[in-house]
Amino acid sequence: MIEVMASLLTVSGVGFYLAGSIGLLRLPDLYSRLHALTKADNLGLGLLIAGLALHTQDLLIALKLVLIWLAVLAASAASAHLIAQHARRRETQS
Amino acid sequence: MLTAHWLYGISGCLLLALGLRTALLHDMLLQRLIGINVMGAGVFLVLITVAYRGPGIAPDPVLHALVLTGIVVAVSATALALALARRLTAEQDDG
Amino acid sequence: MTAMLVLDILLVLSLLSLATAALATNDARRSVILFMAFGLVLALAWGRLLAPDVALAEAAIGAGLSGALLLTAVRDQAHRALRSSRKPVHERGRANLRVTLEWTVTLLCIALAGLLAWALAQAFDRAPKDTLAQAVSANLAISGVSNPVTAVLLNFRAYDTLLELAVLLTAALGIFALGPARPGHRAAGPVFDGLARWLVPALILTAGYLLWVGAHAPGGAFQAGATLAAAAVVLRLAGRRSVGLPTGHTLHVAMVAGVSMFLAVGLGLLVLGRPFLGYPPAWAGGLILLIETAAMLAIAATLVLAFFGGRPTPAPGVAEKTS
Repeated sequence: MIEVMASLLTVSGVGFYLAGSIGLLRLPDLYSRLHALTKADNLGLGLLIAGLALHTQDLLIALKLVLIWLAVLAASAASAHLIAQHARRRETQS
Repeated sequence: MLTAHWLYGISGCLLLALGLRTALLHDMLLQRLIGINVMGAGVFLVLITVAYRGPGIAPDPVLHALVLTGIVVAVSATALALALARRLTAEQDDG
Repeated sequence: MTAMLVLDILLVLSLLSLATAALATNDARRSVILFMAFGLVLALAWGRLLAPDVALAEAAIGAGLSGALLLTAVRDQAHRALRSSRKPVHERGRANLRVTLEWTVTLLCIALAGLLAWALAQAFDRAPKDTLAQAVSANLAISGVSNPVTAVLLNFRAYDTLLELAVLLTAALGIFALGPARPGHRAAGPVFDGLARWLVPALILTAGYLLWVGAHAPGGAFQAGATLAAAAVVLRLAGRRSVGLPTGHTLHVAMVAGVSMFLAVGLGLLVLGRPFLGYPPAWAGGLILLIETAAMLAIAATLVLAFFGGRPTPAPGVAEKTS
């Protein structure tokens, strides 16, 4: 049962990654691409990590995985903000 | 010979050739530097592939240590080259 | 087994295409970013080939720090020297010569790759002669650590690591000699500042953990030094000028810390009647940790200096008293 849950979570996480990547390639401008990339990928990673944590069935490893997710969340939020801010500044300057 | 051996081994050789070609032919110094780094990555890939013994078998730690050393030396050499390039720009701007 | 094969093929294809893309473009920034992606995929390949120590170092140094170094170089000298003196090729003869040259070099490179691949195939066809690997595992118990890579780096082949630290010191001295550091960045906005505020302590903690865990699991002085340097890079990007790197004599001490600790331990052992860097098994663990701590400081100082791009200058006035 837990195995099935883990696989389900992992597969849906991969689905979000796929959607984010398609968005990165297909969306018209920088802001919407950033949106696709950070939001979809953060959720995808979260699902992936939930799946992996269930799969390992080891509390310590699960905690480490969650820590990775939190670090990636903070880093991707901050870098998306920085990229958008930079682009915005450039737009208003020109 | 494992499949992984020839897959990664041949890729290492290709990366080495690709990096060497760029280091010799490219017009821009920065790309030449990246080419040298790709060359280094190719060499590392060959070494780590040689160290690999197959799934579940402990690989050769001597080669791993060698590559670890190589990565650190490569980044310091790159840094020195970049500092030299920066000084070169400054000299050209002065003159 | 097929799943592994698919992963292998995907990894190899992404490596080759990322390297080709990074080297084919004429846009320096694009090239650097593709090279950073190449480094990350390479770290995955190291993980796949059961080299976690190398994967950690590659992710921190190959993808992270070299990327930061190269991007800064693109940023502040995009225009002149990096686009080295390319002479316009007016004459037809020169153009022909160049084409011939390009083809010759390309063919020679292909030949080199073929030769190397052939040699590798020959080597793989024979059963591997594992004398060195066997020597390592036979003597691991008396090395003072249980991670074989650390045992090789800091005990069995400690000479190599001593000389490597000397190479690092030479590079740092070269960077030192080439001029003052580039000016720092302006103070970051609240978001990045907030990120730096918790990321830097977390990175320092991680560096300490990596240093400690290197004795029995993937990690060690190189990975820890790189992580410490990454913390400094984050601080520098957030607008802190000296990022806590000491100036003057203290900086000199930090730069030579690795080499001098190695020499002090080696010579001390000579005085006690042991061979140079031949640790007594009972002390080996402690001595290795001592040397690794000093080496971590030296590696971090060197990498931070590399990111500065020159000799750090004292802050004008009293602007710099907090760090």
